Amino acid sequence: MAQATMASVAQVSVPRGGLGHEIRAVLVVWEREMIRFTRDPARVISSVVQPLLFLFVLGSGLGSLMQAGTGGVDFKTFLFPGVLSMSVLFTAAFAGISMVWDREFGFLREMLVAPVSTTAILLGKCLGGATVATIQSVVVLVLAGLVGVPYDPLMMLELLVLLFIMSFMITALGLVLASRVKQVQSAMPLVQMIITPLMFLSGALFPLSNLPGWLSVVTHLNPMTYAVEPVRSAVFDRLAISPAARAILDPGIFWGSYQVPVLLQVGIVVLAALALLSAAVKLFARTE
Amino acid sequence: MNNSVSGAAAIEVKGLVKSFKTVEAVRGIDLVVHPGETFGFLGPNGAGKSTTIKILCTLSDATAGSARVAGYDVATQRDAVRRSIGLVFQEPTLDGYLTAEQNLRFHGELYGVERISAAARRKEVLDMVGLYDRKGDLVQTFSGGMRRRLEIARGLLHSPKVLFLDEPTIGLDPQTRASIWQYLNELHKREEITVFITTHYMDEAENCDRIAIIDQGKIVALDTPANLKAAIGKDRVQIATADDPAAIAALENEFQLEAKMVEGLVTFAVAEGAAFVPQLFEKLGVAIRSVTVTQPSLDDVFLAHTGTSLRDAESKGAKFNPMMAAAGRGRG
Repeated sequence: MAQATMASVAQVSVPRGGLGHEIRAVLVVWEREMIRFTRDPARVISSVVQPLLFLFVLGSGLGSLMQAGTGGVDFKTFLFPGVLSMSVLFTAAFAGISMVWDREFGFLREMLVAPVSTTAILLGKCLGGATVATIQSVVVLVLAGLVGVPYDPLMMLELLVLLFIMSFMITALGLVLASRVKQVQSAMPLVQMIITPLMFLSGALFPLSNLPGWLSVVTHLNPMTYAVEPVRSAVFDRLAISPAARAILDPGIFWGSYQVPVLLQVGIVVLAALALLSAAVKLFARTE
Repeated sequence: MNNSVSGAAAIEVKGLVKSFKTVEAVRGIDLVVHPGETFGFLGPNGAGKSTTIKILCTLSDATAGSARVAGYDVATQRDAVRRSIGLVFQEPTLDGYLTAEQNLRFHGELYGVERISAAARRKEVLDMVGLYDRKGDLVQTFSGGMRRRLEIARGLLHSPKVLFLDEPTIGLDPQTRASIWQYLNELHKREEITVFITTHYMDEAENCDRIAIIDQGKIVALDTPANLKAAIGKDRVQIATADDPAAIAALENEFQLEAKMVEGLVTFAVAEGAAFVPQLFEKLGVAIRSVTVTQPSLDDVFLAHTGTSLRDAESKGAKFNPMMAAAGRGRG
């Protein structure tokens, strides 16, 4: 029937690869994450429930106990940056580990046999995971006023950038895990097992001041610590609180007597993210 | 099909070997597939079909030997090979959460299909497999046959020179299998393309221009289906008798023919089967109720080259192929 029209289109040409082609691959992998995200609104709701419980239930419950130690600052205000970080953690980790499902349903193969680099595919995944997680964090971000954090546009922007970088790192971590996990059933428990300690040992839920020695060592080795602290710092910069209270609640990170600048902290997170991404690329290149 | 395209072979394989830890899955394969051909790779499960196709698609490295696809070396020119081939795997590789068109769009972007012609090409391949009106539906709502058709459309999207299909009809009902073959046969009218297909369905192999029979990692026969069958030279004769064991014994004693019970009938192979029948009535000494003479099928070819029927070569509980049996009986 449509023989004639067929002939008019005939063949399409596939130009030789190059940077432009790699970028298209990155973008389309990212776009797929976005499409899947918009198809599943339940995911947004379910993944912010836990952070909100921490903020309002745990925050209010423990708040009365803490009053003495926080220099008059609402415990919920202290928790806010930590909970903000929490809100991206699981979503980002899930975006990375979702490669296990892609493998199970065969789509991973469709991606890995394409004439593009594995780096492009995984970079698209990381950017997708980071975007989805950052969008979700907005749900928590809009509640800032309820816990005494001002709606400062510049702060909001800073926070979104920092959360994006953090999510990128965690998505890359999820990818590293996904390269090793073949069983769909073991994917989620593994994420819980890895992410929960990362979160608890990052200072998201307690100040880094006056920690016992072992805990102090572990938190300083945890890359998440360097991702959470800039978020807290951005929030505390906008709070009208006494220097004494800030010293307790947001002492900053010290290596010995050297105070690690926020920019260096961000740099550490970026490096960790790139290291994890390149590890994932190596692992995926080997598995297929 | 008939394209006598001068120039390089579409696929050229030399001394291909693939060893795994304990087994040698492919044990020295040589073959040449000409441009425009539909080439069938036929053998039981575990014969080395999928291993070979994986090497040709750059998904796996050969232990020894070399292979060129569309003129490119699979070991050293990986991306060039990948740009030149379309793949349809045994296992589904679609994203059920995307629509049919989104799956194709994703593929086009990954393969760097030029944007100007991409949309028209998507329509073209969807039309070809009759899925254009379902393009906006999520793939998870598709039946198995529709998904396979979509995978074929996707494999064609970037106008590959060689289309690899690894058991594209496995697990599909006979009707759907027939329709898949119809699309594949139509394909040559529309595209200049070489098709390399693996199957363990003998009747499907009849659709190929040439077939290679592979058994235990080696090619045991390679020719057109007609030539392969002609080379067997023997027809299959099936008789229903009053006393089957006596008939089998008599065939052995009188004609030196080895007979077996197949599908409840005494079955044996003999040259010029039709001319043999009068002798049979004369000398068998057992009452014969019916006779069926069948020209050799590819199953017989397989049997002749490997010493076992394809069905027996399959792991136990293999799928009995009703079309094949029906076709065989019908021809008598």
